[in-house]
Amino acid sequence: MTTDNTNQALNISKNGLWTNNVALVQLLGLCPLLAVTGTIINGLGLGIATLITLVLSNSIVSLIRPWLKSEIRIPIFVLIIASIVTTIELSMNAWFHELYLVLGIFIPLIVTNCSIIARAEAFASKNNLLDSALDGFMMGFGFTLVLITLGGLREIVGFGTLFANAQLMFGDIGHTMTITLSEDYSGFLLAVLPPGAFIGLGLLIAIKNIIDKRQSAQQAIVIQDAEPAVS
Amino acid sequence: MNFSNLQIKGILITASLLTLFAASGAALVGVTFMQTEDDIKYNEKLTLLRKLNNIIPAESYDNDLLLDTITIKPSTLLSTKKESLAYRARKNEQDVAVVFSSIAPSGYNGSIHLLVGVKADGTLSGVRVVKHRETPGLGDVVEISRSNWILGFDDRSLSNPDDKGWKVKRDGGVFDQFTGATITPRAVVKAVHNALLYFEQNQKILFSVSQATDIKTEKLLKKDHDDR
Repeated sequence: MTTDNTNQALNISKNGLWTNNVALVQLLGLCPLLAVTGTIINGLGLGIATLITLVLSNSIVSLIRPWLKSEIRIPIFVLIIASIVTTIELSMNAWFHELYLVLGIFIPLIVTNCSIIARAEAFASKNNLLDSALDGFMMGFGFTLVLITLGGLREIVGFGTLFANAQLMFGDIGHTMTITLSEDYSGFLLAVLPPGAFIGLGLLIAIKNIIDKRQSAQQAIVIQDAEPAVS
Repeated sequence: MNFSNLQIKGILITASLLTLFAASGAALVGVTFMQTEDDIKYNEKLTLLRKLNNIIPAESYDNDLLLDTITIKPSTLLSTKKESLAYRARKNEQDVAVVFSSIAPSGYNGSIHLLVGVKADGTLSGVRVVKHRETPGLGDVVEISRSNWILGFDDRSLSNPDDKGWKVKRDGGVFDQFTGATITPRAVVKAVHNALLYFEQNQKILFSVSQATDIKTEKLLKKDHDDR
C-alpha cells in the first residue's frame, strides 16, 4: 500500500517535471511563457503565481468531484479558476504590495494559461485530493523551471546579467544578488525581443528531445543485451 | 418537446449546481475585495507617494502631496488628451515644487509618459519615465532602472540651457543621445522642454489653492499609481 502511494507520487512528479512538462511537452501556457521571460526574476514570479493557482484549483476541483456533472464541468472549472486568480490578485495587492507591483501584471495572465484548466479536466476531476494537489504542484514546478531557464538564457544573452531587479522580489538583499557577467557587454537585442523567446523555447524543447532519445536508445541496448539471457 | 419528470429533475439539479458555484465564486471574490479594499488603497497611496518623493525629496516639503492636488485640463504643451493631476509641495505655506504628468507623443513606438517635477523658481526638480513602449535594450535607457540619463534634467531650466540647447547633441543641443537610439531621447527632451514652458505659462494656476478631493480626483490618483 505504502509503496503504491510512493510510486504514484513519483509518477506524478516525473510526469509534471519531465515526461509531460507543461511548457516543453504539452506546449500550454505559451502566451504568458513567451511574454514574461525577459529576465530570470520575471520568470520566477510568473512561475510561483502559476504554481499557487494550479495547486489551489486542482485541490478544489478534486474536493468537489462528487458534485461535478459532466455537462457543466467546464463552466465550473472556469468559475473556480477565475475566482481563485482574482482572490490571489487582491490578497497580494493588499498584503504583499511590493511583490504585487512586480507580479501584478502577470497574475491576470494566468487565466490565459490553458494548462490550469487542462489539469483540472485531465487529472484533478478524476483523482483524490492529495494526488491532485501534488500534480498541481509538480506541473507548476515544471513550468517554473522552464520559465527560469528560459528567463536566465534570455537575460544572459540579452543583457549580460543574471538576477537583475531581484530586489523587487527579495527586498533589499536582492540588490546584492544581481550578477553582471561582463561590464561592457552591449546586449543582444534578438534575445530580449519576442523572437528570442521562440528561439529559446525551441532550443530547450530540442535539448529535451535529444536527452529523451539518448535515454530510450540506451534502454533499447540494455534490452537487446539482456535478451539472449532471457531466451 | 416533451420532457419526462426525470429529465426536468436533472436539468433543475444541473442549473442549481451551476448557480451555486457561480454564487460561491462571487461571494469569495466579494468577501476578499471587502477585506482587502482598505489595505490596497493605503498601499497604493504609499507607492504613489514614494514615486513622487523620487522627484521631490520628502524633507523639502511639509504638506500632504496626495491631498494638495489640482486637476489640470488637457494641454497641447503637455500633449495630454485627458485631465490629469498636479501634486503641489509646500513648506510653511510657501510653494516649493509641483509635479505633473507630461506625454512625449513622438517616441519610437508611441507615446512616452513622464512625471515632471518643477521647483517654484522654474528649475527642474526631476523627471521620471512612468510608461513607455520603446525597444527594450535600446530606447528603454530613459528609464531610471536602466541608466542615469534621465537625471541629466535635474536643475535644468528654460535658461539653462537656452532654447537652442534644449535638443540632443546630434541636433546641436546639450543632451546626450544613445548609440542606435536618437528618437527616444529626442522625444523626451522635447517633452520636458514643453513641460517647462507649460509651467512658465501656468505657474499661478498650478500653485493655486487646493480643490476638495472628490471621486474624479480619486480616479486620477489611482491612474497615476498604476502607471509605472
